[in-house]
Amino acid sequence: MIATIGFYVFAVILLASATMVVTARNPVHSVLFLILAFFNAAALFLIAGAEFLAMILIIVYVGAVAVLFLFVVMMLDVNFAELREGVQRYAPVGLVVGLILLFELGLVLTGWHFAPSAAEIRMSPTPTALSNTAALGNVLYTRYIFLFQLAGLILLVAMIGAIVLTHRERGTARRQRIGRQNARQPEETLAMLNVALGAGIDEIGILRPLPDPAPVGAESHALPHAAEPH
Amino acid sequence: MPVGLGHYLAVSAILLVLGVFGIFLNRKNVIIILMSIELILLSVNLNLVAFSASLGDLVGQVFTMFVLTVAAAEAAIGLAIVVVYFRNRGSIEVEDVTMMKG
Repeated sequence: MIATIGFYVFAVILLASATMVVTARNPVHSVLFLILAFFNAAALFLIAGAEFLAMILIIVYVGAVAVLFLFVVMMLDVNFAELREGVQRYAPVGLVVGLILLFELGLVLTGWHFAPSAAEIRMSPTPTALSNTAALGNVLYTRYIFLFQLAGLILLVAMIGAIVLTHRERGTARRQRIGRQNARQPEETLAMLNVALGAGIDEIGILRPLPDPAPVGAESHALPHAAEPH
Repeated sequence: MPVGLGHYLAVSAILLVLGVFGIFLNRKNVIIILMSIELILLSVNLNLVAFSASLGDLVGQVFTMFVLTVAAAEAAIGLAIVVVYFRNRGSIEVEDVTMMKG
Protein backbone atom coordinates (compact mmCIF):
# COMPACT_ATOMS: atom_id res chain seq x y z
CA MET A 1 0.00 0.00 0.00
CA ILE A 2 2.71 2.44 1.03
CA ALA A 3 4.73 1.38 -1.99
CA THR A 4 1.79 2.15 -4.27
CA ILE A 5 1.28 5.60 -2.78
CA GLY A 6 5.01 6.21 -3.00
CA PHE A 7 5.01 5.12 -6.61
CA TYR A 8 2.31 7.60 -7.53
CA VAL A 9 3.96 10.45 -5.61
CA PHE A 10 7.36 9.81 -7.18
CA ALA A 11 5.89 9.30 -10.64
CA VAL A 12 3.97 12.56 -10.50
CA ILE A 13 7.01 14.48 -9.30
CA LEU A 14 9.12 12.80 -11.98
CA LEU A 15 6.77 13.79 -14.77
CA ALA A 16 6.27 17.30 -13.44
CA SER A 17 9.98 17.93 -13.14
CA ALA A 18 10.55 16.46 -16.62
CA THR A 19 7.99 18.94 -17.93
CA MET A 20 9.84 21.73 -16.17
CA VAL A 21 13.13 20.55 -17.70
CA VAL A 22 11.87 21.12 -21.21
CA THR A 23 9.84 24.26 -20.53
CA ALA A 24 11.91 26.22 -18.01
CA ARG A 25 13.14 29.60 -19.19
CA ASN A 26 16.42 29.44 -17.35
CA PRO A 27 18.68 26.50 -18.29
CA VAL A 28 20.05 26.39 -14.75
CA HIS A 29 16.53 25.67 -13.54
CA SER A 30 16.30 23.01 -16.23
CA VAL A 31 19.37 21.27 -14.87
CA LEU A 32 18.08 21.46 -11.31
CA PHE A 33 14.76 19.96 -12.36
CA LEU A 34 16.70 17.28 -14.23
CA ILE A 35 18.40 16.39 -10.95
CA LEU A 36 15.01 16.18 -9.25
CA ALA A 37 13.75 13.94 -12.06
CA PHE A 38 16.74 11.63 -11.62
CA PHE A 39 16.15 11.36 -7.89
CA ASN A 40 12.52 10.42 -8.43
CA ALA A 41 13.44 7.91 -11.12
CA ALA A 42 15.86 6.38 -8.64
CA ALA A 43 12.98 6.08 -6.19
CA LEU A 44 10.93 4.31 -8.86
CA PHE A 45 13.85 1.92 -9.42
CA LEU A 46 13.90 1.25 -5.68
CA ILE A 47 10.20 0.43 -5.66
CA ALA A 48 10.78 -1.96 -8.56
CA GLY A 49 13.46 -3.72 -6.52
CA ALA A 50 16.55 -2.56 -8.42
CA GLU A 51 18.45 -1.04 -5.52
CA PHE A 52 21.87 -1.14 -7.10
CA LEU A 53 20.71 0.63 -10.22
CA ALA A 54 18.93 3.24 -8.14
CA MET A 55 22.14 4.09 -6.33
CA ILE A 56 24.11 4.02 -9.59
CA LEU A 57 21.56 6.38 -11.09
CA ILE A 58 22.04 8.85 -8.28
CA ILE A 59 25.84 8.57 -8.33
CA VAL A 60 26.32 8.66 -12.09
CA TYR A 61 23.52 10.92 -13.21
CA VAL A 62 23.19 13.34 -10.34
CA GLY A 63 26.80 13.23 -9.29
CA ALA A 64 28.42 13.36 -12.71
CA VAL A 65 26.15 14.05 -15.65
CA ALA A 66 23.90 16.69 -14.10
CA VAL A 67 26.86 18.47 -12.54
CA LEU A 68 28.56 18.42 -15.95
CA PHE A 69 25.46 20.02 -17.45
CA LEU A 70 25.48 22.59 -14.67
CA PHE A 71 29.14 23.40 -15.32
CA VAL A 72 28.59 23.88 -19.03
CA VAL A 73 25.44 25.96 -18.60
CA MET A 74 27.17 28.27 -16.17
CA MET A 75 30.44 28.37 -18.09
CA LEU A 76 29.01 29.36 -21.45
CA ASP A 77 28.17 33.02 -21.59
CA VAL A 78 25.14 32.64 -23.82
CA ASN A 79 22.11 34.84 -24.02
CA PHE A 80 19.58 32.15 -23.25
CA ALA A 81 16.58 34.41 -23.73
CA GLU A 82 17.59 34.76 -27.36
CA LEU A 83 17.61 31.00 -27.75
CA ARG A 84 14.00 30.76 -26.69
CA GLU A 85 12.69 32.93 -29.49
CA GLY A 86 11.28 30.14 -31.62
CA VAL A 87 9.41 28.42 -28.80
CA GLN A 88 6.02 29.79 -29.77
CA ARG A 89 6.57 28.68 -33.32
CA TYR A 90 7.79 25.18 -32.51
CA ALA A 91 5.39 24.37 -29.68
CA PRO A 92 2.38 23.40 -31.83
CA VAL A 93 4.47 21.05 -33.99
CA GLY A 94 6.01 19.49 -30.90
CA LEU A 95 2.60 19.09 -29.28
CA VAL A 96 1.18 17.41 -32.36
CA VAL A 97 4.10 15.02 -32.69
CA GLY A 98 4.08 14.31 -28.97
CA LEU A 99 0.35 13.62 -28.87
CA ILE A 100 0.57 11.31 -31.86
CA LEU A 101 3.48 9.49 -30.22
CA LEU A 102 1.58 9.23 -26.95
CA PHE A 103 -1.47 7.91 -28.76
CA GLU A 104 0.56 5.26 -30.51
CA LEU A 105 2.32 4.28 -27.31
CA GLY A 106 -1.09 4.06 -25.64
CA LEU A 107 -2.24 1.71 -28.37
CA VAL A 108 0.81 -0.46 -27.79
CA LEU A 109 0.48 -0.40 -24.02
CA THR A 110 -3.16 -1.41 -24.00
CA GLY A 111 -2.84 -4.16 -26.56
CA TRP A 112 0.21 -6.19 -25.56
CA HIS A 113 0.56 -9.31 -23.44
CA PHE A 114 3.39 -11.59 -22.43
CA ALA A 115 4.10 -14.57 -24.60
CA PRO A 116 3.06 -17.79 -22.84
CA SER A 117 6.63 -19.04 -22.86
CA ALA A 118 8.11 -15.76 -21.55
CA ALA A 119 8.87 -17.18 -18.13
CA GLU A 120 10.77 -20.15 -19.53
CA ILE A 121 13.10 -18.26 -21.86
CA ARG A 122 14.51 -15.96 -19.22
CA MET A 123 18.25 -15.56 -19.60
CA SER A 124 19.08 -15.39 -15.90
CA PRO A 125 16.17 -15.65 -13.47
CA THR A 126 16.49 -13.49 -10.39
CA PRO A 127 17.86 -15.59 -7.53
CA THR A 128 15.81 -15.33 -4.36
CA ALA A 129 18.56 -15.92 -1.83
CA LEU A 130 20.87 -13.14 -2.98
CA SER A 131 20.59 -9.40 -2.66
CA ASN A 132 20.08 -7.37 -5.81
CA THR A 133 23.67 -6.18 -5.91
CA ALA A 134 25.17 -9.65 -5.44
CA ALA A 135 22.88 -11.20 -8.05
CA LEU A 136 23.68 -8.44 -10.52
CA GLY A 137 27.39 -8.88 -9.92
CA ASN A 138 27.13 -12.62 -10.44
CA VAL A 139 25.57 -12.09 -13.84
CA LEU A 140 27.59 -9.06 -14.90
CA TYR A 141 31.04 -10.43 -14.11
CA THR A 142 30.49 -13.86 -15.60
CA ARG A 143 28.22 -13.95 -18.60
CA TYR A 144 28.52 -10.29 -19.57
CA ILE A 145 32.15 -9.73 -18.73
CA PHE A 146 33.08 -8.81 -22.30
CA LEU A 147 30.22 -6.34 -22.56
CA PHE A 148 31.33 -4.93 -19.22
CA GLN A 149 34.85 -4.42 -20.54
CA LEU A 150 33.42 -2.88 -23.68
CA ALA A 151 31.46 -0.42 -21.55
CA GLY A 152 34.70 0.53 -19.84
CA LEU A 153 36.31 1.02 -23.24
CA ILE A 154 33.45 3.28 -24.31
CA LEU A 155 33.96 5.39 -21.22
CA LEU A 156 37.69 5.58 -21.90
CA VAL A 157 37.11 6.68 -25.47
CA ALA A 158 34.59 9.27 -24.29
CA MET A 159 37.04 10.60 -21.73
CA ILE A 160 39.90 10.87 -24.23
CA GLY A 161 37.57 12.40 -26.80
CA ALA A 162 36.29 15.04 -24.41
CA ILE A 163 39.83 15.95 -23.37
CA VAL A 164 41.09 16.12 -26.95
CA LEU A 165 38.12 18.23 -28.00
CA THR A 166 38.30 20.80 -25.26
CA HIS A 167 42.01 20.98 -24.61
CA ARG A 168 43.76 24.00 -25.99
CA GLU A 169 47.35 25.10 -25.86
CA ARG A 170 48.16 28.03 -23.70
CA GLY A 171 51.47 29.82 -23.92
CA THR A 172 51.89 29.90 -20.17
CA ALA A 173 51.83 26.17 -19.73
CA ARG A 174 55.04 24.72 -18.31
CA ARG A 175 55.65 21.23 -19.47
CA GLN A 176 58.37 18.66 -19.19
CA ARG A 177 60.95 18.70 -22.00
CA ILE A 178 62.51 15.30 -21.79
CA GLY A 179 65.25 15.93 -24.35
CA ARG A 180 66.52 18.95 -22.52
CA GLN A 181 66.24 17.12 -19.27
CA ASN A 182 68.34 14.23 -20.54
CA ALA A 183 70.93 16.46 -22.18
CA ARG A 184 71.63 18.33 -18.98
CA GLN A 185 75.14 17.81 -17.63
CA PRO A 186 76.08 17.76 -13.98
CA GLU A 187 78.48 20.69 -14.48
CA GLU A 188 75.62 23.01 -15.34
CA THR A 189 73.91 22.65 -12.05
CA LEU A 190 76.35 21.13 -9.63
CA ALA A 191 79.34 22.73 -7.95
CA MET A 192 81.62 21.07 -5.45
CA LEU A 193 82.68 23.39 -2.64
CA ASN A 194 85.05 22.95 0.25
CA VAL A 195 83.13 24.05 3.26
CA ALA A 196 85.10 25.38 6.14
CA LEU A 197 84.14 24.15 9.56
CA GLY A 198 81.48 26.31 11.16
CA ALA A 199 81.13 28.67 8.25
CA GLY A 200 77.70 29.92 7.41
CA ILE A 201 76.17 29.87 3.96
CA ASP A 202 76.67 33.60 3.60
CA GLU A 203 80.44 33.31 4.00
CA ILE A 204 80.85 30.38 1.62
CA GLY A 205 78.87 32.00 -1.12
CA ILE A 206 76.39 29.21 -1.74
CA LEU A 207 73.58 31.72 -1.87
CA ARG A 208 73.77 33.20 -5.33
CA PRO A 209 72.67 36.79 -5.64
CA LEU A 210 69.32 37.28 -7.30
CA PRO A 211 69.49 38.67 -10.87
CA ASP A 212 68.95 42.37 -11.20
CA PRO A 213 65.32 43.33 -11.35
CA ALA A 214 64.11 44.23 -14.80
CA PRO A 215 64.06 47.94 -15.50
CA VAL A 216 60.73 49.45 -14.72
CA GLY A 217 58.66 50.21 -17.78
CA ALA A 218 60.48 48.00 -20.24
CA GLU A 219 58.93 44.77 -19.08
CA SER A 220 56.05 45.94 -17.01
CA HIS A 221 53.73 43.50 -18.75
CA ALA A 222 55.90 40.49 -18.18
CA LEU A 223 55.22 38.24 -15.27
CA PRO A 224 57.74 38.60 -12.47
CA HIS A 225 60.31 35.83 -12.80
CA ALA A 226 62.56 36.57 -9.89
CA ALA A 227 64.78 33.52 -10.02
CA GLU A 228 64.86 32.97 -13.75
CA PRO A 229 67.87 34.23 -15.69
CA HIS A 230 66.98 35.90 -18.96
CA MET B 1 7.04 -5.72 -7.57
CA PRO B 2 4.30 -4.06 -5.53
CA VAL B 3 3.14 -1.84 -8.39
CA GLY B 4 1.81 -3.20 -11.66
CA LEU B 5 3.94 -3.26 -14.76
CA GLY B 6 1.41 -1.17 -16.66
CA HIS B 7 1.92 1.79 -14.35
CA TYR B 8 5.65 1.76 -14.96
CA LEU B 9 5.13 1.52 -18.69
CA ALA B 10 2.70 4.43 -18.66
CA VAL B 11 5.11 6.64 -16.69
CA SER B 12 7.97 5.77 -18.98
CA ALA B 13 5.87 6.39 -22.10
CA ILE B 14 4.92 9.85 -20.85
CA LEU B 15 8.55 10.53 -20.00
CA LEU B 16 9.62 9.55 -23.50
CA VAL B 17 7.00 11.83 -25.05
CA LEU B 18 8.16 14.67 -22.81
CA GLY B 19 11.71 14.15 -24.02
CA VAL B 20 10.68 14.21 -27.66
CA PHE B 21 8.55 17.28 -27.01
CA GLY B 22 11.53 18.97 -25.39
CA ILE B 23 13.63 18.39 -28.50
CA PHE B 24 10.95 20.07 -30.60
CA LEU B 25 10.38 22.89 -28.15
CA ASN B 26 14.01 23.92 -27.66
CA ARG B 27 15.24 23.56 -31.17
CA LYS B 28 17.84 26.28 -30.73
CA ASN B 29 19.38 25.34 -27.41
CA VAL B 30 21.69 22.34 -27.72
CA ILE B 31 22.06 21.95 -23.97
CA ILE B 32 18.33 21.46 -23.41
CA ILE B 33 18.24 19.05 -26.36
CA LEU B 34 20.95 17.00 -24.65
CA MET B 35 18.91 17.05 -21.44
CA SER B 36 15.87 15.86 -23.40
CA ILE B 37 17.93 12.97 -24.74
CA GLU B 38 18.85 12.13 -21.15
CA LEU B 39 15.15 12.07 -20.31
CA ILE B 40 14.45 9.72 -23.22
CA LEU B 41 17.22 7.38 -22.12
CA LEU B 42 15.89 7.53 -18.57
CA SER B 43 12.48 6.41 -19.79
CA VAL B 44 14.14 3.52 -21.64
CA ASN B 45 15.91 2.56 -18.43
CA LEU B 46 12.64 2.70 -16.52
CA ASN B 47 11.07 0.39 -19.07
CA LEU B 48 13.93 -2.10 -18.85
CA VAL B 49 13.91 -2.13 -15.06
CA ALA B 50 10.15 -2.55 -14.93
CA PHE B 51 10.20 -5.50 -17.29
CA SER B 52 13.19 -6.99 -15.50
CA ALA B 53 11.42 -6.79 -12.14
CA SER B 54 8.14 -8.05 -13.48
CA LEU B 55 9.61 -11.03 -15.32
CA GLY B 56 12.23 -11.83 -12.72
CA ASP B 57 15.03 -11.63 -15.27
CA LEU B 58 18.22 -9.86 -14.28
CA VAL B 59 19.44 -9.21 -17.82
CA GLY B 60 17.23 -6.16 -18.07
CA GLN B 61 19.08 -4.54 -15.20
CA VAL B 62 22.44 -5.45 -16.72
CA PHE B 63 21.36 -3.84 -19.95
CA THR B 64 20.16 -0.78 -18.03
CA MET B 65 23.67 -0.40 -16.73
CA PHE B 66 25.08 -0.42 -20.26
CA VAL B 67 22.51 2.14 -21.36
CA LEU B 68 23.59 4.27 -18.43
CA THR B 69 27.23 3.99 -19.50
CA VAL B 70 26.46 5.04 -23.04
CA ALA B 71 24.30 7.92 -21.78
CA ALA B 72 27.11 9.22 -19.59
CA ALA B 73 29.62 8.98 -22.45
CA GLU B 74 27.21 10.69 -24.80
CA ALA B 75 26.62 13.54 -22.38
CA ALA B 76 30.34 14.08 -21.91
CA ILE B 77 31.12 14.09 -25.63
CA GLY B 78 28.08 16.19 -26.48
CA LEU B 79 28.91 18.84 -23.92
CA ALA B 80 32.53 18.88 -25.08
CA ILE B 81 31.36 19.50 -28.63
CA VAL B 82 29.08 22.28 -27.36
CA VAL B 83 31.97 23.92 -25.55
CA VAL B 84 34.23 23.76 -28.62
CA TYR B 85 31.47 25.07 -30.83
CA PHE B 86 30.76 27.93 -28.48
CA ARG B 87 34.45 28.79 -28.41
CA ASN B 88 34.55 29.00 -32.19
CA ARG B 89 31.23 30.68 -32.88
CA GLY B 90 30.18 32.45 -29.71
CA SER B 91 26.74 30.90 -29.82
CA ILE B 92 25.15 27.50 -29.39
CA GLU B 93 22.27 27.84 -31.82
CA VAL B 94 21.61 24.58 -33.59
CA GLU B 95 20.58 26.33 -36.76
CA ASP B 96 24.01 27.89 -37.14
CA VAL B 97 25.57 24.46 -37.36
CA THR B 98 24.59 24.18 -41.01
CA MET B 99 27.52 26.42 -41.85
CA MET B 100 29.76 23.48 -41.09
CA LYS B 101 28.58 21.61 -44.15
CA GLY B 102 30.98 21.09 -47.00
